[in-house]
Amino acid sequence: MNIGLSHFLFVSGMLFAIGFFGVLLRRNVLVIFMCLELMLTASILGLVSFSRYNATEGEFLWSGNVFVLFIIAIAASEVAVGLAIMVALWRRRQSVDVANHAELKN
Amino acid sequence: MDWLFYIFATITLVPALLVAVSRNPVSAAMNMIVSLVGIAALMVLLETYFLAALQVLVYAGAIVVLFLFIIMLLDAEKAPAPTKMRAIASFVALGLMGTGVYAFCFSGLGGPFAEISVAAPMEDAKVFGIELFTRYMLPFQVAGFMLLIAMVGVIVLSKDITKEMGGTAR
Repeated sequence: MNIGLSHFLFVSGMLFAIGFFGVLLRRNVLVIFMCLELMLTASILGLVSFSRYNATEGEFLWSGNVFVLFIIAIAASEVAVGLAIMVALWRRRQSVDVANHAELKN
Repeated sequence: MDWLFYIFATITLVPALLVAVSRNPVSAAMNMIVSLVGIAALMVLLETYFLAALQVLVYAGAIVVLFLFIIMLLDAEKAPAPTKMRAIASFVALGLMGTGVYAFCFSGLGGPFAEISVAAPMEDAKVFGIELFTRYMLPFQVAGFMLLIAMVGVIVLSKDITKEMGGTAR
């Protein structure tokens, strides 16, 4: 069977599902954040494969690829801010378990 | 090319699953590096070489190193095993989402998928740069400004401002 767009979309979707699975399963804030990053990367793969497969003569659909660059920039700043928030939480509570950070529940 | 795709898909998905199930945060971060490099390899198969290099540099290089640094700083202990109910619910969610993705991609429900019709340009990074600095100039500048704001925010968050303000800012 020839490799087509559907195969790449399958990998992208499965990566998203695995990231979601990790967010549900784990209780460590850091590992949950890693799984969120995996979900973001899955969207990047989907975007790149759509952009490549829908390219036509003359217009190589750079919009998709340039958008990926912005997503990477946003992911980098998101990780920096998120980890700083985690350090601030650690300073107050000495814990990375989400069960200990439940003030906003209900 | 077919067998290459299957190899790269395996080294993307299997370490990703290990990130989700491993109890040690350090090994989770290490598995994440392998998974992100696998994605970069898939991007090479899609002939977007510049983005593949960027993926390795920014994700596998910078972001995972930041994660490892924070893991070291926070002295994260080995997590306890998840409760049985939580594990069952997570696996059911994974199975449902996986089935949905499989159905969308391979059963024809997703409609006919496009085929590659043109070759990728040889000067990947050059065309990319021209496009970025002409048509996408404004978003580019906004992204740079956003990085500046994120930097300032991180500095403010990680400083203990309560000490300097006499303990009033809580």
